[in-house]
Amino acid sequence: MSGSTLVEVEDLSKHFRVTGGPLGVRTAGHVRAVDGVSFRIGAGETLALVGESGCGKTTISRLMLRLETPTTGAITLAGRDVHRLDRAGVRWFRRKVQAVFQDPWASLSPRMRVGDIIAEPLVVNERLSRTRVRLRVADMMGLVGLQPWQARLFPHEFSGGQRQRIALASALITEPDLVVLDEPVSALDVSVQAQVMNLLKDIQRERGTSFLLISHDLASVRYIAHQVAVMYLGEIVEQATADEIYERPRHPYTRALFDAILPAHPDDRRPGSDAADEVPSPLNPPSGCRFRTRCPHATDVCGHAPPRTALPGGGSVACHLYPATAGSTKGPVRQ
Amino acid sequence: MTTALSLPQVRRGGRRGPRMLWQRRRLPWLPLAIIAFVLVLPALLAPLITVHDPLRGVLGDRLLPPVWQDGGTWTYPLGTDKQGRDVLTRLVYGARISLLVSTAAIVVGALVGTTLGLVAGYFGGFVDKVIGWLVDTFQSLPMVLFALVVVAAIGPSFVTIIAIISATIWAVFARLVRGETLSVRESAYVARARVAGASAPRILLRHVLPNVANSLVVMATLQVGVVILEEASLSFIGAGIPRPQPSWGIMVADGREQLLSSWWLSFFPGVAILVVVLSLNLVGDWLRDYLDPKLRQQV
Repeated sequence: MSGSTLVEVEDLSKHFRVTGGPLGVRTAGHVRAVDGVSFRIGAGETLALVGESGCGKTTISRLMLRLETPTTGAITLAGRDVHRLDRAGVRWFRRKVQAVFQDPWASLSPRMRVGDIIAEPLVVNERLSRTRVRLRVADMMGLVGLQPWQARLFPHEFSGGQRQRIALASALITEPDLVVLDEPVSALDVSVQAQVMNLLKDIQRERGTSFLLISHDLASVRYIAHQVAVMYLGEIVEQATADEIYERPRHPYTRALFDAILPAHPDDRRPGSDAADEVPSPLNPPSGCRFRTRCPHATDVCGHAPPRTALPGGGSVACHLYPATAGSTKGPVRQ
Repeated sequence: MTTALSLPQVRRGGRRGPRMLWQRRRLPWLPLAIIAFVLVLPALLAPLITVHDPLRGVLGDRLLPPVWQDGGTWTYPLGTDKQGRDVLTRLVYGARISLLVSTAAIVVGALVGTTLGLVAGYFGGFVDKVIGWLVDTFQSLPMVLFALVVVAAIGPSFVTIIAIISATIWAVFARLVRGETLSVRESAYVARARVAGASAPRILLRHVLPNVANSLVVMATLQVGVVILEEASLSFIGAGIPRPQPSWGIMVADGREQLLSSWWLSFFPGVAILVVVLSLNLVGDWLRDYLDPKLRQQV
């Protein structure tokens, strides 16, 4: 799973200004939606960003898609800074990176025919004859298991799973290197989720496409991700290969998150390391380790920024339980 | 690339589609019929359904009453005015003017308003502010005063009155479209189009405009009534259609002097304005409910 690097994200931050005061012009503070995040995605790999609502994973996907500009840091795609592209560079980028959004009911223009929706990335980025476009659309529809004649229909004539496959066909039509999947299956029925995820896996195997998967559904993440990054309040607290992180979750937050998955049988439920309380506001995050207000292992030392300790297999964890020198692969040091 | 993955194929049939217009909800037949027979058909077929000249009368037949009153004749079913012109003929040609003026004014107003509304809503910021000021300014202009000044300056004509009415209604369209654009702009399909690399004009034309079209149609229908009323008012005060063109507003105004002796001069054009505007509003309401119930509060 260690191909060449496709995407390199370094020290990425996005702060949103919050205004206040009677005129709404005074700066009341900054929401640190994403704060100093770094990761890489290899060619043909899937990196999953997981975490609870509001942890910044969707902001990262919007940064990755150039829908937002970063406050600091950079995203590099195939060696080029994606937020410093000239016009030709932007066109190149649009062909290389596409996206599938969460809600297939909202992400397809209700007034456009499915064929036009699928063709759109191709039509706006490349000069092709209508016939060529139609052939590519038919190819794509075949790839995702739709019939070419259905290109004439409108989105409302399809089911949720079909609509998500339409979105996928559209995202893949320019043969992108990276597809950002923002909660691609969470709006679908469970039976349809498996179908779409199998499709994603097949496509990755056939075409070597990389995926950035944004999800809070840990079961589906395990099924298709190679690397998993766990986010909390705008930071990545732990990052490792999927096998490693599911077998040996290290950060207390990761463990709390994984313990919250409902097991197949109620007797299998592990006694909780449930995180207490609410998530603190990203407007004013706790100093030091941001999880310390809810962490069952929190001590005084957690008021300082935790070290980022490398893990075997290329991951890392940011927690005082794992001092930088030790490099331990065992469980946490109980205090 | 061409390998089809084995997924369940979609069967034809059982497709959900919108049913036909008349199957959904009962059409407002009476208002539609009134619009057709009082406004649209007379306007289109005026020379075919009348035998008199709308501009030149027969002076010997001045101020004849309608056919059912003493002295009325079938030659002039609704009577004649003080220049001996047939009231029915002038009503029919007046429909033509009402339809022409309202269509032209609404097309111009909707075009200008929609363009500015799309731009303001989509780009926001300074552009939005400037357009917002313009909208507020135009909406706070007293229409009659504005019209009098313009007509005094450049003289009454068809183009003048269409320009004046467009100037007073574009702001309504701009405001509506701006609001709708604001919400559509945040939608996932616009985000998807941006990721696909679509330019702003393409997004506005292919993604935003089709999705605000419903509201536009409703608004345009409701505005037809408003515009007919405006044209009649302007014509009534003499700042509208130049005489001797037979505008409904002019007919009401001219009949005023003989109101006590010859009631039919003002009565029939007045009734025409009333029933047409009422019908247009009813059809507009129906269309709004049919296309988009959530618009109810906004219009």
